[in-house]
Amino acid sequence: MVHVVVNGEERTLAGGCCVAELAAELGAGPRGVAVAVNGELVGRSAWAGHLLQEGDQVEVLEAMQGG
Amino acid sequence: MSNGPTPGAVATDDGAGTVDGPGPRPGDDRLVIGGVGFDSRLILGTGGAASLEVLEAALVVSGAEMATVALRRIDPAAQGSILDVLARCGVRLLPNTAGCFTARDAVRTAQLAREAFETDWVKLEVIGDDRTLLPDAVELLDAAEELVDDGFVVLAYTNDDPVLARRLDDVGCAAVMPLGSPIGSGAGINNPYNVTMIAEQVSAPVVLDAGVGTASDAALAMELGCDAVLLATAVTRAREPVRMAEAMRRAVEAGHLARRAGRIPVRRYAQASTPSQGMAEWD
Repeated sequence: MVHVVVNGEERTLAGGCCVAELAAELGAGPRGVAVAVNGELVGRSAWAGHLLQEGDQVEVLEAMQGG
Repeated sequence: MSNGPTPGAVATDDGAGTVDGPGPRPGDDRLVIGGVGFDSRLILGTGGAASLEVLEAALVVSGAEMATVALRRIDPAAQGSILDVLARCGVRLLPNTAGCFTARDAVRTAQLAREAFETDWVKLEVIGDDRTLLPDAVELLDAAEELVDDGFVVLAYTNDDPVLARRLDDVGCAAVMPLGSPIGSGAGINNPYNVTMIAEQVSAPVVLDAGVGTASDAALAMELGCDAVLLATAVTRAREPVRMAEAMRRAVEAGHLARRAGRIPVRRYAQASTPSQGMAEWD
């Protein structure tokens, strides 16, 4: 098991969980979503290969009305 | 603004208030930002709408070809997407960095937005104060420079400070966007003299951004020489957003046309519009 913080909330993931799986679980669509892990942008093409580690701080962001 | 002339109306010997060259010709009057042409000079912010349905209807009526969106934490329960609305309307998406207080945060947000939305356009906002939401000039200029260097097309939301506006122009911003008054205040254009100077001195397109409350504010911005108007709250929180969107479209067009037409100078005394020659004489 891996303990991470996703959008400010603690979450326990199965070991070996990648960014793509987490994003899918959060309902991320095929476009319009950006992910940062520990403050660093993870491009969509790298989602599948990026395994989440114990203690990672993850931000999963999407478009909202604003401005 | 009800007392005394507005800056655009100041009479001088050379007839200031007029613009160069002949009147409008079809096809020569597009707004160009970052090499992209726009027929509409109204840019819509999407914040504050009661629903996506209302927003979509307002967008269509406004004629806007570009609209801002924010980047926020994903909401698994969200119904519908602002992206779908913009795509249906054929509107260009302009991500913003709203809520950022430092250059570092704004740059990071812009990079995330570029990844999420596949655009290198960004409305750069770096706020210096929670209560007024006024821009932080130092952080703003730093962020603008960094983003331009990183290949972004930067539309910079800024104070109505002509010197700062010039600095943003100098570092390569694609548009300089002075506020009329604080975001969401609806207080109109607090310093039309400064906005006029910015419009005169900045080579990039100047977009009046923030503070518009009603149609006359938008028209005034264009009459002062701005190239476009960006507004959100004035439409989205109006009692009837769709009707106000139409008012704004017409106001921006009217103000722009009036600017191009070249207004008459303001005089203290009357100038008869009917000739006195040929008057009948009575005993």
